[in-house]
Amino acid sequence: MKFDKKSEGVYVLDVCGYVCPHPQLYTKKALEKIQAGETLELVFDNPSSGESIAAMCESTGNEVVDKAGQGGKYIWKIKKAAA
Amino acid sequence: MEGVEKRNQVWVFVIIGFLSLLTMVTYSMHEYYIYLAAYLWFGFVYGMCLQYGRFCFSSAFRDLFAVGVPRMAVGIMIAMVLFGTVSAFVTATGNSTFHPAPYGIHSVIAGFVFGVGMVLTGGCASGSLYKAGEGNATALLVILSISVSQAIFADIGGWANNLVPYSWHLSAVSKGLPAAINASDGWMDQYLAGYVWDQPVLLFSQWLGIRDPFLAAYVGDVLVGVVVPATVVLIAVYLIWYRKGYLRKRAEAHLPTAGLGVELAGYWSMITASKRTAIAGLVLGIAAGLHMYVMKGMQLKFGASNFGTLMKEMGITSGLSAKGTVFDPGYWYVTTQEAQWVGWVFNKLGADNMDNIYFGLENGLPNPLINPADWMSLALIGGAAVMALLSNEFKWKGTTRELAMWAIIGGTLMGIGARLGLGCNVGAFFVRVSQGDVSGWLFGLGMVGGAYVGVKFFNWWTERKLAREMAACGL
Repeated sequence: MKFDKKSEGVYVLDVCGYVCPHPQLYTKKALEKIQAGETLELVFDNPSSGESIAAMCESTGNEVVDKAGQGGKYIWKIKKAAA
Repeated sequence: MEGVEKRNQVWVFVIIGFLSLLTMVTYSMHEYYIYLAAYLWFGFVYGMCLQYGRFCFSSAFRDLFAVGVPRMAVGIMIAMVLFGTVSAFVTATGNSTFHPAPYGIHSVIAGFVFGVGMVLTGGCASGSLYKAGEGNATALLVILSISVSQAIFADIGGWANNLVPYSWHLSAVSKGLPAAINASDGWMDQYLAGYVWDQPVLLFSQWLGIRDPFLAAYVGDVLVGVVVPATVVLIAVYLIWYRKGYLRKRAEAHLPTAGLGVELAGYWSMITASKRTAIAGLVLGIAAGLHMYVMKGMQLKFGASNFGTLMKEMGITSGLSAKGTVFDPGYWYVTTQEAQWVGWVFNKLGADNMDNIYFGLENGLPNPLINPADWMSLALIGGAAVMALLSNEFKWKGTTRELAMWAIIGGTLMGIGARLGLGCNVGAFFVRVSQGDVSGWLFGLGMVGGAYVGVKFFNWWTERKLAREMAACGL
């Protein structure tokens, strides 16, 4: 698992190789730690985690602004909603 | 096939072609192989459904506690209601292949152990099979751990005999089992014959005292045993995890946020929130019900209630149990065939593991190539692989030291829990609940508790790791 600051207000969380529940847990915790309006770029390769992360964002109001994926690897950009 | 990578298309044809060829060639060898082919194709459908809906029983409980997502809890309840409804007819007509299990505190404890394990591994028994079909090496390691731990646990004796209560020992030896089975040696044997077999068996229809077969199946076992509890569970899920977010969205859209109509709309919104999961649950439930019909039809056609009888007629007696049977559940099941894979290998390596109840008396240790439920599990992996390939989601993924550790620890707990509970999330929970068996809900209750503890542990573990990474970014 790698967490890094890509640019101002943009963070990258790479959880490739991890299976459930790690990707969704790391995503939830990372989103809790960053500020409202900032973006989390999530990189993962466990398809079932995607379903849970999408539902979690839908429920909490965080917006998945972009979904890209190729060859079983996904890159989602999630913008944290205001509290 | 539009949008599917060329290489994936080729593999889809290879897998389906192989399974079709296997069906035809074995049928041409002997008509009894159609019995195995029925298991195979239902397994294939299960695999496709599980992968399509990312259908994992582990996530049903885990994702509620971990991230507040109810999609899998909804999918499982839908599947159980449909499975129960479809299979109730075969029950009502006296043709069910299902046998209810003894219930007691052991059902809850078994579910708890299994529940902790499935959170650690990241998937339930069936979930690990479909994830193996996605190319996930960690899932393969989980399957191996479940298999090895069961094969060992089923035959464990020696020092473990000292842990057996004397009352279990006395009760076990008084059962008068065949001479080939040594009921006084082995923790599992004395647990089964000395404790579990002495516990009551109860269907909801029996509890309500309904005698008419159709009323018993549809009202007692399905309506009271499945639909009502499933509805109550989903209401609790809605109120605790879904309602707040739903009302927030309505408020943002300037829609009314109070009243019964709003709550009902919210409940329905939760049911249909993940269409993939709901569709998978729907097809799984119907397929699981039809599976029972088909297997019973085969048994009636061939005049045998267990494939062991047909094996004997084909001249294959190796690996049959003392009763002349092999594991042939007649419906969807996962863990016993996994125990048999490894148990068979141990046996061929010289282990004396046919003197116990699990292998020696009940399930046998047939060659995996002719083990009915094996065909189902291997085809399940194939079905999941086909679906993953069609959606370009198949990817070979190795494991890491950390994930391998969780796979081995969690898989071992799942194996032990499955043997204590006489089944896994499918055999001991999904199937039993759907058939109105009280023990199914007790196992499920234990799984919920186990999942909660597992999530608490992983919350601590991931918090610790993420904090270290974030510290470098000043967060």
